[in-house]
Amino acid sequence: MKKIIVLLAFLALPGLSSATSAEGYPLAKAPIDLHDQPSLQRGAQLFVNYCMGCHSLDYQRYNRMARDIGLTDDQVKDNLIFTSAKIGDTMKNAMPKADAKRWFGVAPPDLSVIARARGVDYLYNYLQTFYLDPTRPFGVNNFVFPNAGMPHVLWELQGMQKPVYAVHKDAAGTEVKTLTGFELVQPGTLTPPEYKEATADLVNFLAYVGEPIKLERQRIGIWVLLFLALATVVFYLLKKEYWKDVH
Amino acid sequence: MANTQGTIGLLGWIDDRFPLTKMMREHLSEYYAPKNFNFWYFFGSLAILVLVNQILTGIWLTMNYKPAAADAFASVEYIMRDVDWGWLLRYMHSTGASAFFIVIYLHMFRAMIYGSYKKPRELIWLFGVVIFLCLMAEAFMGYLLPWGQMSFWGAQVIINLFSAIPVIGPDLSVWIRGDYVISDVTLNRFFSLHVIAVPLVLLGLVVAHIIALHEVGSNNPDGVEIKKVKGKDGKPLDGIPFHPYYTVKDLLGTMVFLIFFALIIFFMPEMGGYFLEHPNFDPADPMKTPLHIAPVWYFTPFYAILRAVPSFAGTQIWGVLAMGGAIVMLFFLPWLDRSPVKSIRYRGWAFKLVLAAFVISFLILGYLGALPTTPERTALAQICSFIYFGFFFALPILPAIEKTKPVPERVTK
Repeated sequence: MKKIIVLLAFLALPGLSSATSAEGYPLAKAPIDLHDQPSLQRGAQLFVNYCMGCHSLDYQRYNRMARDIGLTDDQVKDNLIFTSAKIGDTMKNAMPKADAKRWFGVAPPDLSVIARARGVDYLYNYLQTFYLDPTRPFGVNNFVFPNAGMPHVLWELQGMQKPVYAVHKDAAGTEVKTLTGFELVQPGTLTPPEYKEATADLVNFLAYVGEPIKLERQRIGIWVLLFLALATVVFYLLKKEYWKDVH
Repeated sequence: MANTQGTIGLLGWIDDRFPLTKMMREHLSEYYAPKNFNFWYFFGSLAILVLVNQILTGIWLTMNYKPAAADAFASVEYIMRDVDWGWLLRYMHSTGASAFFIVIYLHMFRAMIYGSYKKPRELIWLFGVVIFLCLMAEAFMGYLLPWGQMSFWGAQVIINLFSAIPVIGPDLSVWIRGDYVISDVTLNRFFSLHVIAVPLVLLGLVVAHIIALHEVGSNNPDGVEIKKVKGKDGKPLDGIPFHPYYTVKDLLGTMVFLIFFALIIFFMPEMGGYFLEHPNFDPADPMKTPLHIAPVWYFTPFYAILRAVPSFAGTQIWGVLAMGGAIVMLFFLPWLDRSPVKSIRYRGWAFKLVLAAFVISFLILGYLGALPTTPERTALAQICSFIYFGFFFALPILPAIEKTKPVPERVTK
């Protein structure tokens, strides 16, 4: 029995992963659900409208996306493809990497597996913590990814916000600034709760793109485990039968 | 007309020309294994299972993978998305790599608690340690192939270790890489070594490991030699034919193992970033050094020992030597452990104490090796490194203070 507990404890390890960005900003949990196809469709719409000018999805095919998030090929062709791309193509964009590097300081990365590299919580919080900072080239900075080269492309939706700090003195008497929240300086077309939902949809879509097979793999996994459980019973009985004469 | 094996027909025809039945009997149906094998004895057959898994999935992955710096990362995603069942092949292979180390570490631990490396099984142990070394080389070179950030920078760190060697070091590391940095050349040669050279050696060693085992016979949890007490028919009284008894038992073990294996493959293939590290989903970028470079979990104990040793006399070679020494010590185990008693069941508290300290220090080192260093962690890693090496130096003096229990003539229930 002890051995089983040890094995289970080992399997539980991933649950202990940390919940702050590398810079220490506390990450709120992204409320995503890969089963929620309307959310994935809204996420896809946001992606092709706001992100894809700079960020490609080099490994994601349009028709695979259509099939997986519950759209027809024609719906994708009519609403989500703005270029001459064919339905079986991968979701590339036309921005030359060399120019992009000149414009932003760093070429915007391909986002095919970004959700697996950074985690969905990181992306969810990143999209929500842009704030006004006149010292930056695009006038905005970010709390999750300080000094990010990316402008706040969703500002139209979110509006522009500035950080609110609480100032207090620590034991040594020096002033310490802690972030307590944000203040909307210029409202966007979405209300703050609507904007949160929009970013959740976008992150949900990126989570899907990171591993399109995920739901299918879990579905198959159930059957594999059931088969193995059955096989275990059969082999247990077989072993018992053979070992009857061993004393 | 029957031959010496008493077989006729097609099998008889083959047996006249090739020792098929003879080999089956020697290694399976008339190989007498002790009847008291317990939980710890599953891991030998499981290691073979995982080896076969790695070879088969590896063959199919090779059909779609492109060993070039410009294509490698994309070809892995191509396997994950566009190749039928490619995702399953890839997860079976990546999970199999970690499973291999879990199984091998438990297999080695078994040998340590039951004294399986002692006379007359020293060669089995030596073959085993070389297999372990090959496995580390195989895993290290395989990890470069997905060409992610950790692939690149992990390889960079480890190959740079060779440049700490006096005089020849810098040239040696360039020779290994085939370039001044990890590059397309390195990737291509690591691919070759990973898919051909090392597996070939590995397979040969596994055969040698098993032949040596079957020559002297298996040890068991009581550490008694079953060949000493034979029946009138010349067969060990405490032995049972490997086939069918242990084939059916190992099949049961295989199923239980596969349940855990499938659980990871289908529900947590990244294993929270331990089996597939998150930064490795960023393509390799020679211009961008990650803040924290962590090897995969199975290397972390040795990596922690490497980092625990400070550089002095203007060189960092000491850490490299300590890391190498941590593995080299294993070769001497059969001769360092001088107690005539094999199994932990009949050994005194002193052995149990040093072995427990060894295992705990190894686990702590593994934990520390995955984390960025702080002064406190380095101090802890140094203590654990002392305990790790201390184990090997304590073994020879143990018999002087250890009170062992009498070992029975026959195996117990």
